[in-house]
Amino acid sequence: MRPFAYRRATDARAAVAALSEQPNAMYLGGGTNLVDLMRLGVIAPEALVDVTRVASDTVEETAGGGLLIGAGVRNSDLAAHPVVRRRYPMLAQAVLSGASGQIRNMATVGGNLLQRTRCSYFQDVSKPCNKRQPGSGCPAVEGDHRNLAIIGHSAACVATHPSDMAVALAALGTSVHVEGRHGARQVTMPGLHRLPGGEPDRDTVLDPGDLITAVELPALPFAARSRYRKVRDRASFAFAVVSVAAALDVAGGVVRDCRIAFGGLAHVPWRAELAEEALRGSPATEAEFARAADAELARARPLPENGFKVPLTRNVLVRTLTELAETP
Amino acid sequence: MNGEADTTRWDASTPVTVDLRLSVNRDEYPITVDTRETLLDTLRERLDLTGAKKGCDHGQCGACTVLVDGRRVKSCLTLTVTLDDREITTVEGLADGDAPHPLQTAFVDHDAFQCGYCTPGQLCSAVGMLAEAAAGWPSVVTPDMSAAPRLDDDEIRERMSGNLCRCGAYVNIVAAIGEVAR
Repeated sequence: MRPFAYRRATDARAAVAALSEQPNAMYLGGGTNLVDLMRLGVIAPEALVDVTRVASDTVEETAGGGLLIGAGVRNSDLAAHPVVRRRYPMLAQAVLSGASGQIRNMATVGGNLLQRTRCSYFQDVSKPCNKRQPGSGCPAVEGDHRNLAIIGHSAACVATHPSDMAVALAALGTSVHVEGRHGARQVTMPGLHRLPGGEPDRDTVLDPGDLITAVELPALPFAARSRYRKVRDRASFAFAVVSVAAALDVAGGVVRDCRIAFGGLAHVPWRAELAEEALRGSPATEAEFARAADAELARARPLPENGFKVPLTRNVLVRTLTELAETP
Repeated sequence: MNGEADTTRWDASTPVTVDLRLSVNRDEYPITVDTRETLLDTLRERLDLTGAKKGCDHGQCGACTVLVDGRRVKSCLTLTVTLDDREITTVEGLADGDAPHPLQTAFVDHDAFQCGYCTPGQLCSAVGMLAEAAAGWPSVVTPDMSAAPRLDDDEIRERMSGNLCRCGAYVNIVAAIGEVAR
């Protein structure tokens, strides 16, 4: 690991200023991904600005009925929060589906959103990777891509976004609060992350020096009936092969509204807008759920080794929605 | 950390060091650390506390698990420079004098290890996990997210999934933890 300077920021503006002063500096949150990537040689910052003590480790109810979650809130505290568990169960389940107890105690909300793909080529500096080294190529397209993207990918990059939490946040339409060099602004998910296109080195729409300070969940009463379901290669402590975050509002057997997002399928937490559109106003039946899944997955372009994800995603969505519809 | 210690100077080859005071098992250690140093390396190489083990060094195996302010973390992914006002507890600090921690006794009673390499991490993780459950934290296998969890074997397995045991002593580890949990 290369030597680096360490500074501790106590407020967001000071953190942004500190990052502006130092070339090739990065923010340090829980460090669960960053420290590993530094050890692997994937990144080599000259300075780390520790933002874990920036005053943002609180969860507050907003006047509009939503929830404002500080970027420094640890994943475990978010999942254990009584209001999150009661009003946004899919968010608690998504967070608890990720990593391990130790990692969740360390990882922050802001860092979780900005973690990097676990594509093995990205993490192996002896291999080409357009995300790590633009223009070097993507061995995954013809190599090991069983667990990589089936939708929204490009010839340059077929990586997936690894976060579970982000899938629930994308489904909820969460607003991400950002402090940057030109002041504060908000970015609404799923718009925080970007598809790879020709610039897979850019995971998000954030600019250099931008600091996530909070995420704001909208008031969404029907999210009390929501669920996160994750399919993985072992029972626990593994990244998603496919995951679904879904909230369902059913009245008189008809879907009034819904929120659906997928994990493990794309470079971004994938908000299934076509499936949502197909479902609104439809009977809450298994046949309609399958029709909605097909509407979304018609856009899938699986690679030779990951075509199984298409029917798997369809089945996981249908099962999840069916369970939600049957929940009293 | 020493107030306004200047840790901003940087060139590609010179290590950056920081003076700080570490609190481990209620002992204070004034120490100068390289910013790159992980807590695991500081404990093992500098403080002669070799209970925490280096397994994968990537946060995947759990052998390095220690408690920071009572919470279980992976010491291989924790930079020591971040810890100057935290209380660190390692496996060496679990016993009360000559009296082993109840989990240590249960691990012996249930033969919950073979080679023992993962055991310090298992013990620290279990201490943290029991505190999490006592605080009412759910896990992903908790049937009702809004209710307090009950620590059955499925819950213990899920909550301990960050600790691998290559000897495969899991059955006895779950039994040992279950005895203390119930």
